[in-house]
Amino acid sequence: MSAPAAAIAFRGTAAWRRNLRLHGWTVAVWLVLLALVPYWRSLSQQDLEFDLQAVAIDALPLCFAAMAQAVIVISGGIDLSIGSMMGVVNVLSAKHMIGMSFREALAFSLLILVLTALAGAFTGLIITLSRIPDIVVTLGMLFVWQGVALWIMEIPGGGAPLQYSDLALGSVGSTLIPNALVVVLVAFALVWLPLRWLRPGLAIYAVGSNRTAAYLSGIGVARTRVGAYMLGGVFTGLGGLALTASSGIGDPNAGVTYTLNSVAAVVLGGVALVGGVGGLIGPIAAALVLTMSKIILLLRGTDPNYANVYQGALIIFVVVIGGLLARKTRS
Amino acid sequence: MTAAPEALARPGRLRAAQQFLADNPVIVLVGVLAVLFIVTDIVNRRDIGEPFITWNQLSTTLLVAAPLGMIAAGQTLVMLTGGIDLSVALTATAAAFATSWQGGNGEVQGVAAGLAVGLGIGLVNGIGVGIFRVNPLIMTLGTSSVTFGLLSIYAGKPFEKIVPEIVSTLGSDRFFDYLPANLLLWVAVAAILILGLRYTGYGRMLYAVGDNPVAARLAGVRLWQVRVVVYALCGVFSALGGLLLVGFTANPDLGLATPYLLQSVAAVVIGGTSIFGGWGGYSGTIVGVLILTVLGSLLTLLDAEEWQRQVIYGSIIIVLTAIYARVSGTD
Repeated sequence: MSAPAAAIAFRGTAAWRRNLRLHGWTVAVWLVLLALVPYWRSLSQQDLEFDLQAVAIDALPLCFAAMAQAVIVISGGIDLSIGSMMGVVNVLSAKHMIGMSFREALAFSLLILVLTALAGAFTGLIITLSRIPDIVVTLGMLFVWQGVALWIMEIPGGGAPLQYSDLALGSVGSTLIPNALVVVLVAFALVWLPLRWLRPGLAIYAVGSNRTAAYLSGIGVARTRVGAYMLGGVFTGLGGLALTASSGIGDPNAGVTYTLNSVAAVVLGGVALVGGVGGLIGPIAAALVLTMSKIILLLRGTDPNYANVYQGALIIFVVVIGGLLARKTRS
Repeated sequence: MTAAPEALARPGRLRAAQQFLADNPVIVLVGVLAVLFIVTDIVNRRDIGEPFITWNQLSTTLLVAAPLGMIAAGQTLVMLTGGIDLSVALTATAAAFATSWQGGNGEVQGVAAGLAVGLGIGLVNGIGVGIFRVNPLIMTLGTSSVTFGLLSIYAGKPFEKIVPEIVSTLGSDRFFDYLPANLLLWVAVAAILILGLRYTGYGRMLYAVGDNPVAARLAGVRLWQVRVVVYALCGVFSALGGLLLVGFTANPDLGLATPYLLQSVAAVVIGGTSIFGGWGGYSGTIVGVLILTVLGSLLTLLDAEEWQRQVIYGSIIIVLTAIYARVSGTD
């Protein structure tokens, strides 16, 4: 009689542990975010609507950069060119959108997303065909895209239609919910969720956790990796468009910080750099935490340059802790 | 009957030649350098009506190349261990600032301050990579963003910038009209590195760690010590490069060494040092540095813009890594 009961109890704890192992980190990051909220509100002089807007707008490009990096890291790669590709999208869209109507701007955005998906697939193809490590190829692409951004626009300029900017800046109807947050959730639900539970998403996880095992179980490894870079390209494109919409201007250097910050958000969001682990919800929360910690520093009257220093130090700290924890769980 | 042995022998001889060139990439590189010199000479004659291959131009090429030679020296050592240092440019800039900040208190103090800053940043990198096993890319990107933040705070404050006499002599003077002073330093560093890598225990250890860290560890190498030291050395070499640069321009600014990040990686890759570690050396890097410098002169002659340089250097890194990986068979 006691044996089945024990088995059930055992199964119960196992499921509980499994959930903790799988989702504990993500939940913890969201809790950190929630814990930051009261402190942030106590520092701010503004009303809630304004504050929510400020965080959402500031976090929007980073959220997309983190999602792009997350997909690629889960597939076992890493993309150092995300920031400079966002810069390319930023200047390209700002240069052409300035005279467009809202509808034209939307259509143009779709075109840009197709282009960035192709660019991502191109990077992925170079990596899989040449068998050079991801880091080297994307480092090279980092400089190539930076050059392309400078080619399109040497000094900041351009713009976007007001309605288009409103996608990032406004809020839904008369509620407190910022549009930026809705945009991220919609992209997450439309692009990632359907894939996550179907073959392509599972293949990305399989290839990321063990390439040989994935190959032996009949998954097209190269195809999956190229697909992951393509998906990363879509999110990177969204990030670049978010830069245009939220800043209203194109700047060839606007994307520079996003490469490092996206890696930080991914690590902080519970995606292991070895691949195959984590999701996109954690990195989104991590992007919000990183943004809010920056805003808190600014609210406390810290010199913006110091805020950069703290953020760089925080990123190193997060990666160090993440590395130590990953080593502990593996051994 | 006579055709058969020949047909057999030809691919054999061809393969032997190919193997020889693959083992000694420096020979091919010197050839490339010579061709570049000749092309530049032709373009120079066409556009300006003067030859490029003159003693004066050769001397100038060496003078301009030396700072890159220093920075690429550190990068070579790090890449031999399978790492990479993306903080070299900002380390050089920070060292240049430190030197001109302390320059008023005596030459020794000025030079010591510059080198100490380089050593400090290098040690932080080394501790992160060697002890906490942070991915070198992320670690060095992190330290360079912290360094940039700190520099933009302190460099913004007005202070008297005095470049020590010895630094400006070393960075810009020429003996006997044609012999750049910094060449003396470069030759000394090159001799120490080339001989040191070949004949000292630490030099051999760098190759061992880069080729197979697990085997090196099992053979009794303390990986973390090798890594901490190699990043510290890289910091010092970058600082030396920064000193030569500020000795040349006599005025430190935040963008002093920015182009040297990409070029240092490119020079090492061109020089045949494997980006995966364990293969290569400093002699190839020297030729790589010279190739990049002459290529820079050529691009200036052709009125190339900054974006074109970025795209060219970025593509060089990807294409050459692919070629070397194919030739040496390390997929």
